[in-house]
Amino acid sequence: MATIAAPAAPIAERQPTDWATPAMRSRIAARYRAERNFRRLGAAALVIAASFLAFLLFTIVRDGWTGFQRTETRIDVQFDAATLGVDPAAVAGPQGQALLARADYQALLLKAAEQLGPADDTLSDAAWMELREALMEDPALLGKRASLWVPVRSSIDLLAKGKYDLAAPAESRGVTDREVSDWRWLDGKGRLRTGFNTTFLFGADSTEPELAGIGGAALGSLLTLIVTIAIAFPLGVFSAVWLEEFAPKGRLADIIELSINNLAAVPSIIFGLLGLAFFLNFAGMPRSAPLVGGITLALMIMPVIVIASRVAIKSVPPSIRDAALGIGASPIQVVFHHVLPLALPGIMTGTIIGIARALGETAPLLLIGMRAFVTDVPQGFTSPATVLPMQVFLWSDDVQRGFVEKTSAAIMVLMLVLIAMNSLAIYLRNRFERRW
Amino acid sequence: MRLLIAFALVLGLAGLAYLAGRARGNRMVTAAGGRIGVVHSRPVYHGAYVAVLALAPALIVLAGWGIVGEGLIEGQVLGSLSAAERPAPGNDSEALMNEVRGLVNGDLPQAFNPLAPRLAPVYAAARSNGDMLAGAMAVALLAMGGLWGWSRLRPDFRARNRVETQVRALLLIASIVAILTTFGIVLSLIFESIRFFQLVSPVEFLTGLAWSPQTAIRADQVGSTGAFGAVPLFWGTIFIGAIIAMAVAIPLGLMSAIYLTQYADPRLRKWLKPILELLAGVPTVVYGFFAALTIAPLVRSFAVSLGMTDASSDSALAAGLVMGVMIIPFVSSMADDALAAVPRAMRDGSLAMGATPSETVKKVMVPAALPGIMGGVLLAVSRAIGETMIVVMAAGLAANLTANPFSSVTTVTTQIVALLTGDQEFDSAKTLSAFALGLVLFVMTLILNIYALAVVKRYREAYE
Repeated sequence: MATIAAPAAPIAERQPTDWATPAMRSRIAARYRAERNFRRLGAAALVIAASFLAFLLFTIVRDGWTGFQRTETRIDVQFDAATLGVDPAAVAGPQGQALLARADYQALLLKAAEQLGPADDTLSDAAWMELREALMEDPALLGKRASLWVPVRSSIDLLAKGKYDLAAPAESRGVTDREVSDWRWLDGKGRLRTGFNTTFLFGADSTEPELAGIGGAALGSLLTLIVTIAIAFPLGVFSAVWLEEFAPKGRLADIIELSINNLAAVPSIIFGLLGLAFFLNFAGMPRSAPLVGGITLALMIMPVIVIASRVAIKSVPPSIRDAALGIGASPIQVVFHHVLPLALPGIMTGTIIGIARALGETAPLLLIGMRAFVTDVPQGFTSPATVLPMQVFLWSDDVQRGFVEKTSAAIMVLMLVLIAMNSLAIYLRNRFERRW
Repeated sequence: MRLLIAFALVLGLAGLAYLAGRARGNRMVTAAGGRIGVVHSRPVYHGAYVAVLALAPALIVLAGWGIVGEGLIEGQVLGSLSAAERPAPGNDSEALMNEVRGLVNGDLPQAFNPLAPRLAPVYAAARSNGDMLAGAMAVALLAMGGLWGWSRLRPDFRARNRVETQVRALLLIASIVAILTTFGIVLSLIFESIRFFQLVSPVEFLTGLAWSPQTAIRADQVGSTGAFGAVPLFWGTIFIGAIIAMAVAIPLGLMSAIYLTQYADPRLRKWLKPILELLAGVPTVVYGFFAALTIAPLVRSFAVSLGMTDASSDSALAAGLVMGVMIIPFVSSMADDALAAVPRAMRDGSLAMGATPSETVKKVMVPAALPGIMGGVLLAVSRAIGETMIVVMAAGLAANLTANPFSSVTTVTTQIVALLTGDQEFDSAKTLSAFALGLVLFVMTLILNIYALAVVKRYREAYE
């Protein structure tokens, strides 16, 4: 039997909150204070992260920009045929250049250095190359006197750049009194100048900081990346196409997908172990070669390309596929004539980001021997080479003071290339990506 | 170089096969009076079909020669020596063959080994014979495949369907490379680790407290015990990657994500996000250089000012701090995703009840997003423990079991690099131990990743 419920008891009267009381006022103030503090905390986190980045970039540029310069001293050279050990008559002949290339410039330089008086030990070990270059360019100089600018030793170079704290006691400042007095003498005579260091940009590695360059490493990076792109791009795009467009639902597709997701998270050094155990020790491929480095990096960045390409392919609307299928295109034609061209900007963005990662990667290459000391520009895909980040690593390990600025300068070049690549990726994404 | 030329030649011939097939297709279309439907496939597919049949066998022959050729030549060259002259297999033969190759290629003006100049002509002859044979075989197969394919072309021949089946097979093969890579990694790690565990017991490796992989060269040598207890390495890895780095990355990354998603002006966000992305794009070797050269001395002088006179110049703190900064963008973007997945109604409801934005974040958003954030943190940990260059450059090599952030510890990745660079004999326990460490690292990151991804996935589904 239904009964009519008794009317509910009247809701207890509750006094409206009096926001004007001091207790409530202070409570609101406290809440607003907490709000402001929390907000400041968030801003502070970003400021800390940004200032760390700024500090990093600042120290690198501060230490590195002088790496693009080198100090040179002026010497007057008497191109004496007897000292050079060449016959002036033969130089005019057809073998002239070859003769000049083999002449004894060290002896010539030794003689010329005498004019530097007390500072005769300040020339770089490779200063003779400048003499050779000058003479080979103009064989008429033979027997004549010429004034040349040649590079100085690293310690003098660093003194001229003000890298030493001369106020510090002699034993802790890292430079001898002799070198300081040599530098003062040269500087006082006005025999020093600062020039652009072309050796640094185009030369290969060397044990002497003033002769070391990143040219060899940059070419090694280029060769390695060519291999990486040639392998990773087709493999990555094809896998993505298969997974997105053709893979039948089933175990195989699941296993492939799982493999790719796992490979994307495997630490890079593990790929180095794979390269060492499989490519070098099992397959017997050459050590330190851009070929092996390129394959290893390709396997490492392939998952990045696959994942980015899948996202790009997935974002092409199904109506495009349906329209193409509807007018009689085969599934392969749909993919290669319509879907891939539309997905290309996204695929390119992912590929460039992957390549930038490969360019900055060091750890796996360490294990396959790309830390070789290579004083020559690499000749091909199978000759020993090193890469830019590896050059940074090798120089940072060097105890010589002169390599600090070279390391920072190499980092500047590396970072510039990486920033350019990432900007290109962002530009492509913004310029060509279509929102459907 | 020789192979490159051979590949270019084969590709060129395949191009000719393509043209021939396409021309025949074109003629069939003309013969049919240009009516659509009489010829099943378009001429390009006829061309492609002929080209694929010509190219595939030739490429297999060339690739096979590229892989096994050098070994066959070597066997022939070394076989030409009498048994007494023949160098021991392994390093000696390898060195001799390198000199012979250098002489033949002209890279080497003079050889040290007196045998090398004698072997050089043998090598050159064997190589040119082999090259000719492989090249002839490739061209013959190419011609046969091309002609057979060409002869099959008819107006009703379904060339497009054939070519599309082949393209599908190519796509599948490309996908399978990912499986092969995974298998390659697992097999090479397990294979070398088994060899290591034949020398050192797994129990000692996983539970031992002393790590000193230098094996004694002389029996009376001091300090080279060859102890392979990896616990100090595991501790160092966790200490730097999972404790110090996360102590930096979690608060900074989480607060950055909260500020960017909840507070920042869209215009400000447009500028701040790329800065974080730039932080993620800096190569690790640069972080390592910065940690070793700038942060480590600062940390050391700080420790000295605290009164620790024995503070290490390659402290765990320096490496961990820089690694933490490196991970900030990663944690931030994971937290960003997790916060964005919280239903808007929850946030709006909280704000409508009069909660301040910070109260909403602390009491509603973060608790709701916690599983997602935790998953992101676990992924970040797995990245940090696999990170190599920062610890190689800034952390030490001394395996200490210590919780003092100012002292030096070593990590798994540092040791792998230290063990595998420089002079190595490949079969020593020292070298093989690097693969066992690699296996542990691989398994650790794999478990972390699978678990973290499962957490993140379940969390996303909860709100969908």
